[in-house]
Amino acid sequence: MDATLAASGDAHAFERLYRGHLARISSLARRMLGDEDADDVIQDVFVRAWRKLGSFRGEAAFGTWLHRLAVNVILGRRETRGIRRQRHLDGDAVLETVPGRRTTPEISMDFERAIGRLPEGARQVFVLHDVEGYRHEEIGRMLGLATGTSKSQLHRARMALRQHLER
Amino acid sequence: MSDDWTDRLSEYLDDELPPDERAALEVHLRQCAACGAVLADLRRVVTRARGLEDREPNGDLWPGIAARIGAGRGAGVVALDQARAPRRWSFSLPQLAAAGIALMALSGGAAWLLHPNPHPALAAGAAPVPPAVVNASVRSRAASRSYDAAVADLERVLEAGRGRLDTATVRVLERNLATIDTAIAQAQRAVAADSANLYLNSHLADTMRRKLELLRQAAALVTSVS
Repeated sequence: MDATLAASGDAHAFERLYRGHLARISSLARRMLGDEDADDVIQDVFVRAWRKLGSFRGEAAFGTWLHRLAVNVILGRRETRGIRRQRHLDGDAVLETVPGRRTTPEISMDFERAIGRLPEGARQVFVLHDVEGYRHEEIGRMLGLATGTSKSQLHRARMALRQHLER
Repeated sequence: MSDDWTDRLSEYLDDELPPDERAALEVHLRQCAACGAVLADLRRVVTRARGLEDREPNGDLWPGIAARIGAGRGAGVVALDQARAPRRWSFSLPQLAAAGIALMALSGGAAWLLHPNPHPALAAGAAPVPPAVVNASVRSRAASRSYDAAVADLERVLEAGRGRLDTATVRVLERNLATIDTAIAQAQRAVAADSANLYLNSHLADTMRRKLELLRQAAALVTSVS
């Protein structure tokens, strides 16, 4: 209902949509990009959504449509930040530096922060696959990776994050 | 524990191993407690990831969004053509000095954009190149209007024809347009902070021209599959 109203120009309805979906879009942006760019990207997502609401035909839930749009905007920002394919291939050294409780028990880092410490490539694959539920084939297309690379990045991310499980 | 097997544990967990490899790994797991422990950890990581709670940002981002979509406080229903029209960008005299060539090309928009198969809707968006004697501010407004009209027309063509494109192509186009929009926004912010900087003005004009070129290619693609 609000999506229909917003598509007809009702800014109040769009604000309700914004408030209803903000947490999900915000979390996606922060997990994918980190805190530095997140607020800018979140605003870009909702401005883009407003401009494109005319193309929302209600075939999918508004949340699904918005989420897909958000992923596209986030990936666009990722490219402007100069994160290239190579970043997905050379993350091993950085992965080893993700602190974990077993090796540095004085550091109490929660799981979200541990995700943020992963290398860009592994982090994005992990967020898209394990948090957001995309398949490797989709992730490969979105990030320009071979499916096998997506799988190996996911495994590396999981192996690093197991250090941060609550014991 | 075997590294070879350990490296396959995520695929095993996700049920992505071929049957024979899955069976072999299960045999190994019955004999290797270390791999079993890693597998249990990985399963907990996945469970933890799926259970992450979403959080809102610390600040309220709505005022900034409302300003950008033309819905300031008190604005309930916004005229669509006003609210959804691409943001207009005015060019100052120094900006024109640097960006003049590119914007002249833009102001001639449709004819250039539509080559070789003009679209009637786009042709209507064309504006004549202003005479050199025309006041600079008028020229800047004309260029800006022509640019906005050309972008809007091409976006309409793309939107109308996107159903004829495969989803992967649409996804790539969306991603590229998002990239260019971001670059334009960044360039606009930079120019706003240093409006006399010729390089920044030229960069902004060039980025806007790239958006038009990408939209022109996308519209041509839609036409070619019609």
